Amino acid sequence: MLEIVSSRNNPLVDPWLHVWGWEIPFYLFLGGWVAGMMVLSGYFLLKGRERQRRCVCFALPLFGLVLLSLGMLSLFLDLEHKPYVFRLYLTVEPLSPMSWGSWILVLVYPVLVANVLLQPPALAVAAWPRLGSLSRRFAARRGVVRAVGGASVLAGTALGIYTGILLSALGARPLWNSALLGPLFLVSGLSCGAAFSHMVARDVEERTALARADNLFLSVELGLFALYLIGLLSASEAHLEATRLLLGGPFTGVFWVFVVGLGVVIPLLIQVLAVSHRIAHTPVAPLLVLAGGLALRFVIVYAGQWSRWPQT
Amino acid sequence: MARYGMVIDTRTCVGCMDCVVACKTENQVPEGFDRDWVTQRLTGRFPTLQLEIHSERCNHCDNPPCVTCCPTGASHVHQNGGVVLVAHEECIGCKACLAACPYDARFIHPNGYADKCTFCIHRVEKGQDPACVAVCPAHCMHFGDLDDPGAGVSQLIASRKHHVLLPAAGTRPRIYYLE
Amino acid sequence: MNGVSRRRFLKITTAGAGAAALAGVARSVPGALGNVADPGGVRSVPTFCDICFWKCGAIASVRDGLLWKIEGNPEDPLSRGRLCPRGTGGVGAFFDSDRLRTPLLRRSRRGEEEWVEVTWDEALGHVAEKMLRIRAEHGPEAVALFSHGLGGAFLKHTLKAFGSPNIAAPSFAQCRGPRDVGFGLTFGEDVGSPERTDIRNARCLVLIGSHLGENMHNTQVQEFAEAVGSGASIIVVDPRFSIAASKAKHYLPIAPGTDLALLLAWMNVLVREGLYDKEYVATHGFGFEAFAAEIAALTPEWAYPETGIEPQRIRETAREMARYRPATLVHPGRHATWYGDDAQRSRAIALLNALLGSWGRKGGFYAPASMDVPAYPYPPYPESVKGKVDNPGHKYPFATEPLTNGIREATLSGTPYPIKGWLVYASNLIQALPNAEETIRAIQSLDLLVVVDVVGSEIAGWADVVLPEATYLERYDDLNVELFREPFVALRQPVVPAPADQKPNWWIARQLALKLGLGAYYPWRDIEEYLDHRLKGAGHSLDQLKRTGIWRGPKQPVYFDEGVPATFATASGKIEFYSLQLKQAGFDPVPKYQRPPVGPPGSFRLLFGRAPVHTFSRTQTNPLLADLMSENEVWLNARVAARYGVRTGDRVRLKNQDGVVSNPVKLRSTEAIRPDCVYLVHGFGHTAKGLRRALGKGASDAQLITRYAVDPLMGGTGMNVNFVTLELEA
Repeated sequence: MLEIVSSRNNPLVDPWLHVWGWEIPFYLFLGGWVAGMMVLSGYFLLKGRERQRRCVCFALPLFGLVLLSLGMLSLFLDLEHKPYVFRLYLTVEPLSPMSWGSWILVLVYPVLVANVLLQPPALAVAAWPRLGSLSRRFAARRGVVRAVGGASVLAGTALGIYTGILLSALGARPLWNSALLGPLFLVSGLSCGAAFSHMVARDVEERTALARADNLFLSVELGLFALYLIGLLSASEAHLEATRLLLGGPFTGVFWVFVVGLGVVIPLLIQVLAVSHRIAHTPVAPLLVLAGGLALRFVIVYAGQWSRWPQT
Repeated sequence: MARYGMVIDTRTCVGCMDCVVACKTENQVPEGFDRDWVTQRLTGRFPTLQLEIHSERCNHCDNPPCVTCCPTGASHVHQNGGVVLVAHEECIGCKACLAACPYDARFIHPNGYADKCTFCIHRVEKGQDPACVAVCPAHCMHFGDLDDPGAGVSQLIASRKHHVLLPAAGTRPRIYYLE
Repeated sequence: MNGVSRRRFLKITTAGAGAAALAGVARSVPGALGNVADPGGVRSVPTFCDICFWKCGAIASVRDGLLWKIEGNPEDPLSRGRLCPRGTGGVGAFFDSDRLRTPLLRRSRRGEEEWVEVTWDEALGHVAEKMLRIRAEHGPEAVALFSHGLGGAFLKHTLKAFGSPNIAAPSFAQCRGPRDVGFGLTFGEDVGSPERTDIRNARCLVLIGSHLGENMHNTQVQEFAEAVGSGASIIVVDPRFSIAASKAKHYLPIAPGTDLALLLAWMNVLVREGLYDKEYVATHGFGFEAFAAEIAALTPEWAYPETGIEPQRIRETAREMARYRPATLVHPGRHATWYGDDAQRSRAIALLNALLGSWGRKGGFYAPASMDVPAYPYPPYPESVKGKVDNPGHKYPFATEPLTNGIREATLSGTPYPIKGWLVYASNLIQALPNAEETIRAIQSLDLLVVVDVVGSEIAGWADVVLPEATYLERYDDLNVELFREPFVALRQPVVPAPADQKPNWWIARQLALKLGLGAYYPWRDIEEYLDHRLKGAGHSLDQLKRTGIWRGPKQPVYFDEGVPATFATASGKIEFYSLQLKQAGFDPVPKYQRPPVGPPGSFRLLFGRAPVHTFSRTQTNPLLADLMSENEVWLNARVAARYGVRTGDRVRLKNQDGVVSNPVKLRSTEAIRPDCVYLVHGFGHTAKGLRRALGKGASDAQLITRYAVDPLMGGTGMNVNFVTLELEA
């Protein structure tokens, strides 16, 4: 029998860590989604296939700007010392993934803007005709397009992966302490981006291609889940105990039903069937993928804050 | 360069929480928050029981995860004694450091910045002990330079069985508990 | 005084509401508080603490005009520069938002806590008028004073000048009385406060129920830690595994109420095995043979079924004590009013110490000394015709101090003569005296109840007149001429001004005396005059003492072998192993054990004790201390809790044998207590509306103590005789 009594009862930290509420998972979701969209857009720009992927390459970046701004607002709301937020941009802390992230977020904007400039929306061109001529000049130059594409892939990858690294570097929370968290978030983001694009794309060929891409990402994601759990289960007692939160503990239901089941397996099945024309193309699957992506971040952030080193 | 640390004798500690109150008044810690605290671990079956009492606080680790994760550099290692401090006007309140500390030693001050034990560096730099060490009626707390083999703290560690908290967490804490 | 009469109808709850809402310690205090003329920097003022009665020397620091912190005075022999957690939290007493702010007059019925704010002139005028009327009708003895602590000195003076001898402190009959009587009967002297225990030099320390470490008598805990650190052999006897028990080499989980059996068996072993200090006993003892005969049959085998401690362990621990004698200290404890056999039990502890030869020896009991500071010359007090009321016919023949419960009984019964007025200083009688219902009935029969307090405690809630006292940080008090290992004199002086209309006790006592026409007894105009006079009479001065706070005297011999005369103020002039005095009075000359009555089936004996961060029931509204512990918990044995299906953190109520039900209180399911007892830290479960921060938090052990066992020797009220059952929340 072990009885532990502590006189401490600090807000946000006792009886367990709860420093990050909805703001952080919400941002992680939006950030990952935008990252996925950027990588996809950048990929097709690099390959010179932007004409066949008009939705991905020209519509998605616009969504990206809006969604990312929403995400950054969410991050800002989480801060406890808001008037000092500018301090992030007075320094680069090379050992802090959050410092990397704050600079990445700032760099992502010009890349997204450059991407949008390649084909700005018709309304904007109507209002500012100069915009139209500027964009036509850039879009005509192969080098510029490829540069934007390359930047988009790099920035998107960085955006998609750094949040996972940020969490995984917090060794005090064993559930996050896996090197696979970064790639998992990136792949999930790619999946969200691909799912969203084949939901809104009008071109059938583009839709199908993106759905196929999403199926690939979803399958890889399943693989990464497995590796993530195996990694934690073969680490220390602290990690084992943390993993139990997802395997029998309080987060088991929401993880396997919403994140894995409804978020990955079901949409994968639907999309495989849709892609092989067994069933009609439906927005249900991508919506489930997006919901699953959001649920993944919520579960990881909340469950991670519950996990701790055993207080023996 | 000095490397400040603490040695606390759990044998003579009676868990009275004087260290907690002294810190609160010395450092004007807001109501509802503790920079240091006392834990009691009871094992066994009545009447054969063992009780271990620890007075805990930030361990001012040699490998502080709260410093590496800080995006603004607000959380830093002080030039004097390797004490881990937070520069209030540089902190944005992102709480990564709270999440990074396996001892949960930090909190967010009502004014918005991350806060914790400072080893009373303002007292130490005047040649005094931290408030908790100076007040302890059981005389069980010791503070000094761990890199000085002649210092009381070093001699205690060398001569008595001791442990640190969560050694496997890799933080290399600088508070030693004598058994 | 203030010529304008400002009457406002107020509930005590709204007195000062919002005025000192505390965000952080000392920072967000509004301008009215702590506005001392000090532009910057730190000002340090030596004084001594009043959070409990130990009177540790302290140094209070004021920074930028605001009270900052309090630390120990390194010159002080009691604290040695380190205060206990309550003393360290003393600034909280200043910032307490539940402080009384102005004198109050009762507006409606007693106990409803409805008040009119009045001026001091009005309040004291009212009190004087009523006291004079009582004197005219019933004589001055009809006004009694209940007082706790040094701050009562001047009120005692005023009341004696008024003509009443009826002054009592709960600390005798509700606390240390039995111990002092038991030791007085054996050694001819009492144990004292601070206790004359040489803990720091003890090689073997025996604690019976004493939970040093949770019980935070500063010097005792410091010496206890020293003894533990130097490897002293600690033996702890307690139904609860206390902090002290966790440091013990031998922990004896004794059945409650059977300590006397264990003590007798220990003495039996020491005598039978010849392990006692023969030379010491032969030189200093009286009646040893008769004593030995009385305990001859009280073997460990006899004690085992009573106490639950195996005979082998009893022998083992007795031999351990003998091994280290005379540096073996069987601690007399402090709060000794447990089962009604308390004076005899304490005498048994004294006898055990006598066998070990620890009295007057290093590591045992030293002889304390004090400085000779002359009292202020006053005219003689009027002689009382009626005499004291508390112990009619010397019913309790060995009581050496007045009995609070005796005064209460006289108030209720009107015999031997009526008591019509109570003055209460710094003592929450509702929580201090057992069976609060009797206290309340007694109050209802009074013509006058005046309470002097710092916060709106339960007793203040019942008063007709409430007089707000300034805290120790805002006032002078009488000198502390301490009787201790080394003699010294300490000064209490103001650090910051009182934040509202609170006054020091000396001022209250003096003003009251003037209104009673007793000006002759207060020839000094203000306290500094009084203090300086006394100090000058001893070759010192107030100016000097204001700077240092402590005036230490030359070290004195403290042990017999240092030259302290080995004399005993007993009937025989020796250590009384056999007490003819007791025999002649019809009591057992050597303590005899009686099995304590068991409780109703399915019930648990209610035990109570101390927490290191609180003092009795008086600190629960101190914001610093309340932050550390805002409520108590009921300790219940883990296996019992499992049977009831309750866990740590669940809320339960306790119902005692008379049907009294407590507040809901958090449960602590723990291995650290016997299955037949429950334990509460005393001082919680407040019901006074004026104690907003503490109202309703935790459960009150005092509320559940409706039965008490009166010690026949000295009238002490044994309170560990109540049994409770668990009432689980629906």
